[in-house]
Amino acid sequence: MGMMRRFFLIAACGLGGIVCTHAASADDEAAARSERWAELQRAIFPGRTISDGAGVIQLEAPPRALDAALVPFTIKLPSDKQIKSVFLVIDNNPGPLAGHFTFGAAADPRTLKVRMRVNTYTDVHAVAEDSAGKLYAVQKFVKASGGCSAPAGSNDEESARNLGRMKLKLVSDFAPGEPVQAQLMIRHPNFNGMQMDQLTRLYAPAHFIRTINITYDDQPVLRIESDIALSTDPVITFGFKPPRQGQLKVEVTDSKEQSFVREFSVPAATASSTL
Amino acid sequence: MRGLSLISRRHAVLGGFCLCCAPGLSRGADERNFFETTEIARGIHIRRGVDEIASVQNEGAIANIGFIVGQDSVAVLDSGGSLNDGERLRRSIMNLTDLPIRYVLMSHVHPDHIFGAGAFLQDKPAFVAHAQLPHALAQRGEYYRERLEEVLGRGNVGPIVQPTMLVSDRMQIELGGRSLELRAHPVAHTSSDLSVADSQTGTLFPSDLLFVGRAPSLDGSLKGWLRELSKLGSIHAKQQAVPGHGPASVNFASAASKLKQYLETLLRETRQAIANGVDIATAPETVAQSERKNWTLFDEYHGHNVTQAYKELEWE
Repeated sequence: MGMMRRFFLIAACGLGGIVCTHAASADDEAAARSERWAELQRAIFPGRTISDGAGVIQLEAPPRALDAALVPFTIKLPSDKQIKSVFLVIDNNPGPLAGHFTFGAAADPRTLKVRMRVNTYTDVHAVAEDSAGKLYAVQKFVKASGGCSAPAGSNDEESARNLGRMKLKLVSDFAPGEPVQAQLMIRHPNFNGMQMDQLTRLYAPAHFIRTINITYDDQPVLRIESDIALSTDPVITFGFKPPRQGQLKVEVTDSKEQSFVREFSVPAATASSTL
Repeated sequence: MRGLSLISRRHAVLGGFCLCCAPGLSRGADERNFFETTEIARGIHIRRGVDEIASVQNEGAIANIGFIVGQDSVAVLDSGGSLNDGERLRRSIMNLTDLPIRYVLMSHVHPDHIFGAGAFLQDKPAFVAHAQLPHALAQRGEYYRERLEEVLGRGNVGPIVQPTMLVSDRMQIELGGRSLELRAHPVAHTSSDLSVADSQTGTLFPSDLLFVGRAPSLDGSLKGWLRELSKLGSIHAKQQAVPGHGPASVNFASAASKLKQYLETLLRETRQAIANGVDIATAPETVAQSERKNWTLFDEYHGHNVTQAYKELEWE
């Protein structure tokens, strides 16, 4: 949490601004991109070494964002290495550290799916942190979406109206003691605020999710620290290991200090929560 | 042109800021005439947009834009996809009439329809739009301006012009001898769709509530769009319409039936994908592929539409 805030502030104060990814030549472009990542490593992971993550962590991303407001990413951890947490960095976003995902004792961290806003052409880095604190990174290049797509969705009244509503779906079969995949959906505008318009004086303050904390029968599963990079109405697919039937509990806190808590009975978890 | 762009690119690199390099930046606008207007009905002049994505070569002239001449004044609908596009539209109005330009209509938030508005500031018209447009522009205007600048080059995009007259349901404006009925729609193609009907000729201007031949883009609500399309059909079925993209003039009912088929296929197959557990990353590869043959630029827009439909329908 502290780290997310601190880093967001640094980025907002213009840590080199957004590096131009449309540089004049492919060489310049590649140089600008690796320069940007070097800069981000120093800011996000000061004094730490990052090794090549091949074999430790995989990042799946579309080569071109179809929708700037909603780009699906899948993070896979195929190895036996004990991975404590994963950082997702969208290098050229206004707030590059898009999310920090910390796995708990009841987690099955092998597959994690999230949806993020992607503002422009950018490298995206997934960084795994093992239990000894060593870091492993992989990267993907994502082309910006074209046309009328924008990082701010066009229909966010519905999320505001249903603020805090959640749905949980099991996407694989439940068996006690076996890992299971679940999809969590949260109604939240996750809104980055608007600039004051001189003519209309319209302005809306930012309103976004800071943390999502998921437990199963009080055992930690997943903790997410994020900010405006998370899409409107975030949807997160994650794995956990339920030793028996029980209660999956989700706590969400946002930038207005609101919190939303929902509990779902597992496996009977397909119904949506009521407010 | 070539020399100039090399200098400016060099300047941009030296200056440490971004001048973008969409393919073909070193060439200017091509030789095509983007400014042939057709009088599709008495006093209604339409410039057909090209079925392409915005580029340096087409200067953002990709939407159908035009103007309506009354006895007293002129209304512009829409203003175009760049400052240049708007300036050319303004010149073609000046060539045709001395009447004042009293209204510039802004059919919705998308850049290809509204970035020409800056060319008309000097005429001090009312800029007329859906009541949600200021909100949408505050969220997206600057982002669109920056992205379009990357494509068209610095200084070629034009300012973000805010509407000065807002329509929250219906409104009528008078041009002398003809009036325009404006209708603000609930969320459909976008959250700021304004349609216009001309009293004199019965012509409907659904703007991007109607796409003909060029792939539609969904940026509001799929279910809402189908509702508004059928609402317009119940009033204007037999009338001549000017789609936001496609031919300058079509019969509303027959053009709308093809769009309806696309949207209904998108609705049905996206629901099916969600029910089958196909995730949002792979749904664009499978949903509504049978529609590919019916639309140009299908691959540029369809994946986005499936993503939009998916996030709307997964909450059902």
